[in-house]
Amino acid sequence: MFGKLTWAAIPWDQPIPLFAGAFVVVAALAVLLWIGVKGYFPYLWNEWITSVDHKRIGVMYVLLGLVMLLRGFVDAVMMRTQQAVAYQAPGYLPPHHYDQIFSAHGTIMIFFAAMPIVIGLMNFVVPLQLGARDVAFPTLNSTGFWLTASGALLVNISLVVGEFAQTGWLPYPPLSELPYSPGVGVDYYLWALLISGVGTLMTGINFVTTILKIRAPGMSYMRMSMFCWTALASNMLIVAAFPILTATLIMIVLDRYLGFHFFTNDGGGNMAMFVNLIWAWGHPEVYILVLPAFGVFSEVISTFSGKPLFGYRSMVIATLGICIISFVVWLHHFFTMGAGGDVNAVFGIATSIIAVVTGVKIYNWLFTMYGGRIRYNTPMLWSLGFLVTFVVGGMTGVLLAVPPADFALHNSLFVIAHFHNVIIGGVLFAAFAGVTFWFPKAFGFRLHEGWGVAVFWFTTIGFYVTFFPLYVAGLLGMTRRLQHFDVAAWRPWVLIASAGVAISALGMICQIVQLVVSIRRRAELLDPTGDPWNGRSLEWATASPPPVFNFAFLPQVNDQEPYWAIKQRAIETQHLAAVGEYLPIEMPRNSATGFLTSFFATLTGFGLIWHIWWMVIAGLVAAYAGFVWFAWRDEDEYEIPASEVQRLDGERRRAREEWLAREGNLGGVA
Amino acid sequence: MARFRFPRPALFAGSGKRSSVLLGLSPLLGGVLDPQGPAASGNAQILLNAVAIMMAIVAPTIVATMVFGWWFRASNKRATYLPNWDYSGRLELIVWGIPLLVVLFLSGVTWIGSHDLDPARPIASPTRPIEVRVVSLDWKWLFIYPEEGVASVNEIALPAGRPAHFSLTSGTVMNGFFVPQLGGMIATMNGMVTQLNLQADRPGDYYGQSTQFSGGGFSDMHFLLRALPPTSFAQWVEDARKSTKILDEDAYLAMAREKAAAPRALYGSIDKALFENIAARRLLVETPETE
Ligand code: HEM
Ligand SMILES: [Cu+2]
Repeated sequence: MFGKLTWAAIPWDQPIPLFAGAFVVVAALAVLLWIGVKGYFPYLWNEWITSVDHKRIGVMYVLLGLVMLLRGFVDAVMMRTQQAVAYQAPGYLPPHHYDQIFSAHGTIMIFFAAMPIVIGLMNFVVPLQLGARDVAFPTLNSTGFWLTASGALLVNISLVVGEFAQTGWLPYPPLSELPYSPGVGVDYYLWALLISGVGTLMTGINFVTTILKIRAPGMSYMRMSMFCWTALASNMLIVAAFPILTATLIMIVLDRYLGFHFFTNDGGGNMAMFVNLIWAWGHPEVYILVLPAFGVFSEVISTFSGKPLFGYRSMVIATLGICIISFVVWLHHFFTMGAGGDVNAVFGIATSIIAVVTGVKIYNWLFTMYGGRIRYNTPMLWSLGFLVTFVVGGMTGVLLAVPPADFALHNSLFVIAHFHNVIIGGVLFAAFAGVTFWFPKAFGFRLHEGWGVAVFWFTTIGFYVTFFPLYVAGLLGMTRRLQHFDVAAWRPWVLIASAGVAISALGMICQIVQLVVSIRRRAELLDPTGDPWNGRSLEWATASPPPVFNFAFLPQVNDQEPYWAIKQRAIETQHLAAVGEYLPIEMPRNSATGFLTSFFATLTGFGLIWHIWWMVIAGLVAAYAGFVWFAWRDEDEYEIPASEVQRLDGERRRAREEWLAREGNLGGVA
Repeated sequence: MARFRFPRPALFAGSGKRSSVLLGLSPLLGGVLDPQGPAASGNAQILLNAVAIMMAIVAPTIVATMVFGWWFRASNKRATYLPNWDYSGRLELIVWGIPLLVVLFLSGVTWIGSHDLDPARPIASPTRPIEVRVVSLDWKWLFIYPEEGVASVNEIALPAGRPAHFSLTSGTVMNGFFVPQLGGMIATMNGMVTQLNLQADRPGDYYGQSTQFSGGGFSDMHFLLRALPPTSFAQWVEDARKSTKILDEDAYLAMAREKAAAPRALYGSIDKALFENIAARRLLVETPETE
């Protein structure tokens, strides 16, 4: 009846996961109860769960990412404390447990923290910056989100029901094959990523289509904001790379479930094939993450310097260059597999070419600051922190791309330091900058500055104290993924790193405090005009939060910085642009398709993991039925009457008139 | 599983004379920047060269970031504001040119280094290399000396000053063979044989380990590499030959199927075809019943 699932799957004898799991379950139930008591369920269902509004979906993505970031951080704390006490001692986490933690940490951070935050920012911002009403396929968008959530849920279920993979975040065979990983851990990994991978692919298709097809009148490619460009590049990478991941994981699934021999030791399998395939996806993946981050910094640096982005054309070329080159460098992740001098050199050199294009971007940001009037609000602090930090991470990356240097450093803590240096210093800093920057747009009030500054300093210092010692430990020959170690020379560096995690934890706490304080003091942090930072692109041309339809009139774009131009004109003429006649607007209806399909996909995944075949079949049939039901609907749009459009737009215009009166008195300084 | 503990590996062993790359950086002794052989020296040298080349561009960039960020702060009334300045052909040239030049230079270093320091490339030496076959298992290392007819577990002895040629494979999952002070990390993979050439210039005990995570006992998968003066090496081989343990297919399979770390051990005689049979996947370690 329940396949391999028995009561023994619950770790009764392991207090840490048991209590952690119990805590999460109780907390979740408490939240649900509170929602029920307050009667918020209809609101949640109508306004969020079934919403196909790209802004709502974007917010949910970011929220999911932040919660998973917290979970991943807890894993990190456990790993660092284990290594701190495991010098010539077994520590408190046995290998069975420790190996699950580092595997879950990497998987969660990349797929369920970084990816959702980045995709969430794109979801929220891209249609607004394009001057569009929504994405090309709104229901697909919702489905993509819920499939991602489904994957995240499966990974977290593994904490209390069964176990997670003990193979690292990329399950190299033959370790991940049945003879070496007979448990359900790898299966959890596989099905979580297969399900969420489909969601990510949907997002990619959706955004490539949106950016290519749905832009405001007059917005040619060379008038798109830099963030839209990087989003386009990132989503093209998703479309090209994620099918590779899915296909590769399916090959392991076939090996594990049906006795195939793609990567096994017997039957002529070849694990080197897996390593090539997974990195053919894996290297583009890091650029899927970091390109939108570059986009965020481009917006932030230009806005807070009060200047247009320097070298826009160069930036576009660099972005597309990275997009292409990132597909031809994958071998740098396994120089030590003995490919020989020619192959290693070619891939090493190809990799360092990425550094050229990245270097161009860095300089262009510097020259954007040059001659600016830089306001140091938190997003700008993150940007400056990023510039300094990322340059170092890029340098160590290029160092690892020199094969003979990699022969000394591969799989050491030096590599760990490198990629945290670029992922934290690049992607995470961008996530925080972006969230602070666009928070007022999403919710109508800013985040508290003081607490934001505290988050910045704790996170940045915490990062340096945690990861720079790991560069040294790597140079001393310390390998990654050690559950315990015996070498005295490594110990001090490991201990400093643990102290660094404590500082980072303060940053996390400040983050939460910042949110609470900002919500409580939202009246004084209000953003009435919709343009809190003196912005330059179209998202600032509408109210905060924007109405469902984003813009009452689709803006006419004549310039690379459309909203800046509109504002300049308003200041010159001392008039807001005249309004035309308000017309009714059609918007897509809510749909439960995404939620239901994903719910059944979760059931299917769970059934596959535990070999509960009736559940698999029931889940598949129900998910398909949901899809058919959606495809058959007659009415997919509803109309917002002109009077309502006028009312919503009127409020923003009034606030804008007041702003103009003030600005006019100041003599037109923008 | 009985936890096997290494005696304190002598990380700072041997050699009164420190290699030239590292004078003044004593906290880094014992690691990859304290090389004790030609491969490791080459790796360390190229590592430091690459850092130096990149620092030429990275350091000024960081300084410029700080300076621009400080000088152009909004409150600085002396800074000129150029609200519309967003292009300069000359700067564009520099922006593309400088990173391009640096990377071109680095590419030269990469090309030459990748060939000179290819692990499969023999080390130039008047003496013939000693042959060692390496098999990684769960979770221990097996070293076979085909010419001497002996084998060992978790301990390699090499004559100092004479090159060694390793052929490596894995009986089970992937691992990485690495002795930080001797350089040249290389993967071990089932059904494949990789090549590695190393030399320890001076006698000493060097710490070695697996660098590729390979399962529950991974952290114990370290070994001791003992570089011995020629006479001591001959003595080590003699001692090994005295061991009554025999490494034949049965002994190998028994050892390989026991998923546990192992104490150091010596084998007095070996099955000469064993390594080839392992590499050709004729000796499958995996027991058929998987669950
Ligand atoms: C100039 C840019 C970069 C270069 C030249 C570079 C180069 C490299 C190289 C050669 C490795 C393999 C090292 C090894 O395993 O021995 C590596 C690992 C890695 N890099 Fe980068 N990198 C760059 C930027 C980035 C960025 C922007 C990210 C992410 C946003 C990133 C994420 C990673 C990750 C996650 C790994 C380790 C994967 C693993 O082994 O688990 N890198 N990088
Ligand atoms: Cu890569």
